[in-house]
Amino acid sequence: MKTIWFHMQGYRDLPDDFRDRYESIWVTPPNDELCHSPEVAKYLHWNLDELEMADDLGFDGLGLNEHHQNGYGFPISPNMIATVLARRKSNAALVVLGNTLPLYNPPIRVAEEFALLDCLSGGRLVAGFPVGSPMDTTGCYGIPPTQVRPRYYEAHDLIKQAWTRPGPFAFNGRFTKLRYVNPWPKPLQKPHPPIWLAGGGSVETWKFATDHDYTYSYLSFMGHKYAKVLMDGYWDSVARAGMDDNPYRAGFAQLVVVADTDAEAERIYLKHLRNFYSKSLYVAPHFGGVPGFMTKRSFEFQLSHRGASAFSFDFKPHEATWKQLVEDSRMVIGGSPATVAAQIEEAVRNIRVGHLMVILQIQSMDPELTAYSSGLFAEKVLPKIRGIWDKEGYTDRWWPQGATRNQPQVAHPSTKETYGEAKVPA
Amino acid sequence: MNTQTAQNIELPGGFAANPVIIKGEGAPVVYLHGPFGQEWDGFLDDLAKYRRVYAPANAGAQETDDLDQLDGFADLVLYYDDLFDQLGLERVDLVGHSFGAMVAAEYAATFRDRVRKLVLIDAMGLWHDDAPVADHLLVSPQNLVKLLYLDPSKPEVAAKLAMPSEHEAMNAAIVDRFGALASTAHFIHPIPERGLKRRLRRIKAETLVLWGAQDALVPPSYAAEFAALIPNARVEMIQGAGHVPQIEQRKLVSEQLAKFLDRN
Repeated sequence: MKTIWFHMQGYRDLPDDFRDRYESIWVTPPNDELCHSPEVAKYLHWNLDELEMADDLGFDGLGLNEHHQNGYGFPISPNMIATVLARRKSNAALVVLGNTLPLYNPPIRVAEEFALLDCLSGGRLVAGFPVGSPMDTTGCYGIPPTQVRPRYYEAHDLIKQAWTRPGPFAFNGRFTKLRYVNPWPKPLQKPHPPIWLAGGGSVETWKFATDHDYTYSYLSFMGHKYAKVLMDGYWDSVARAGMDDNPYRAGFAQLVVVADTDAEAERIYLKHLRNFYSKSLYVAPHFGGVPGFMTKRSFEFQLSHRGASAFSFDFKPHEATWKQLVEDSRMVIGGSPATVAAQIEEAVRNIRVGHLMVILQIQSMDPELTAYSSGLFAEKVLPKIRGIWDKEGYTDRWWPQGATRNQPQVAHPSTKETYGEAKVPA
Repeated sequence: MNTQTAQNIELPGGFAANPVIIKGEGAPVVYLHGPFGQEWDGFLDDLAKYRRVYAPANAGAQETDDLDQLDGFADLVLYYDDLFDQLGLERVDLVGHSFGAMVAAEYAATFRDRVRKLVLIDAMGLWHDDAPVADHLLVSPQNLVKLLYLDPSKPEVAAKLAMPSEHEAMNAAIVDRFGALASTAHFIHPIPERGLKRRLRRIKAETLVLWGAQDALVPPSYAAEFAALIPNARVEMIQGAGHVPQIEQRKLVSEQLAKFLDRN
């Protein structure tokens, strides 16, 4: 299994009475009241320090994403942060999950920047293509909800063609019209960097994944018990498409906290977990559930299946107990290294995941605590979970060709052909 | 809520049929609804006593995939032109509310000889930074009620806001509202201004601009601007009403409509 150290890049010091004063963590939390540039200047260096630390600790990949106007995570352009990381001598994957395609105009920009990153990093890039959240697309960037998916599909086609067809060629889309598609450069990886989809469980995205043989990552903060129904739905659609059950077709994000003992973990981390769940997930429903973001048919389906989830919970996040968060709901995986390793194995086998994105920096945690948790994870958990799925003999066809860390020592033939082994950073 | 029986009117171009509510006898009046969905409120019953009223649903509200063929108002007015053809209407009087008034104004500025009289009720379509039109889409239900109504405690407002209690009917109402909000946001999100200001001068129809004097969604200051830009227009402010004067002051609105539409 691959373990990716994922940084959400949130605002670490939100006021305690945030929920009482503001309607939402996303779209409208007023910047002048809440987002102080000197603090952000500090966080940005911390974020990069932490990502570089994770690289040094030997994680298989470093994960970044794109969000806007919110305290939960405002990485804005993950490509800018990834560029800093791409300069390091490293063999870890750079998992940019991803660029929110409908927000780029024209979207050829994504083809260019990802190609640049792929070249700079020596073919270590994962090209993530998320549709985007209603908050980012319809809320922050003003795209009519009914146009988000159509723009997404068109941008995808343009980028894929830009990477695989000889330029220049004309692209006549509904939203983007380009007479000369001819990006310099094309990606180092051939035919192109692995494309990963990410989403919150929409049926359309599953179908898109199987139509194109992409891997799909479910990004939730609710843990594997909650995710089970949705991930079963994804695996059913994979089976219906006649594809194999390779666990590397799936990724999953998981909050993890590690300490020497279970009790110590509760003592250290509970306040950070409460802070995260009470503030970061505090998205106003009118920003999260915008009419038209899904088709009317999907909405009707969802409405008629409301309450069908096998798992539900009702808790007040600011006073949630360790037992609720970790033991009962498994929203968070936490405790001693032995506990964490066992729970991760249970989780990834339950929902069949090959790419695990671990979130070890949880909003209000400072760099020292993040380093402590990540260090224990790298030293005592990683060795135990790295071999998951090895016995079954699955290969990861969605891993970047230049990301050779912990990989079989055979260079990918197409990578070798393209730029030779000597140029791959070791 | 729409408790009337609708006739499914087939449309060319691969669009889903439009369920037009038709009632009354007399010269035709078409009513274009606001962003929350097809409706048949009491003031349309008043109108149907002396006119034949046609109340269609917004394009794409039935089948959101239809919106893939509708890129902006230039396509939308053609959709309604086709619909009027299918209904056998040559010349119409056009009444629009809110988003529907923006569509009606665009239609009347494009097909200037096909509209005899035009009524715009609390119309979207103009924008000034010092009088922003509020956001009806990304807003909590509690705040939306405050944007729409001066006095939500009035029985007629409570009746308008009530949802069906029976499970299936409630789900159907939620789905209808989803389709309406999606199909209208498609044309106006995030700001309901698409250059209408430049086209209002083309409207030939005699125009009545009605406005709830306490409208908190679309500021009443836009009423005078519509009247100034449309060559033959006058304003009537409806006191004691917010964005939906036909609900909060049905009698006053019906009187204004009768006076304006019945005159010739």
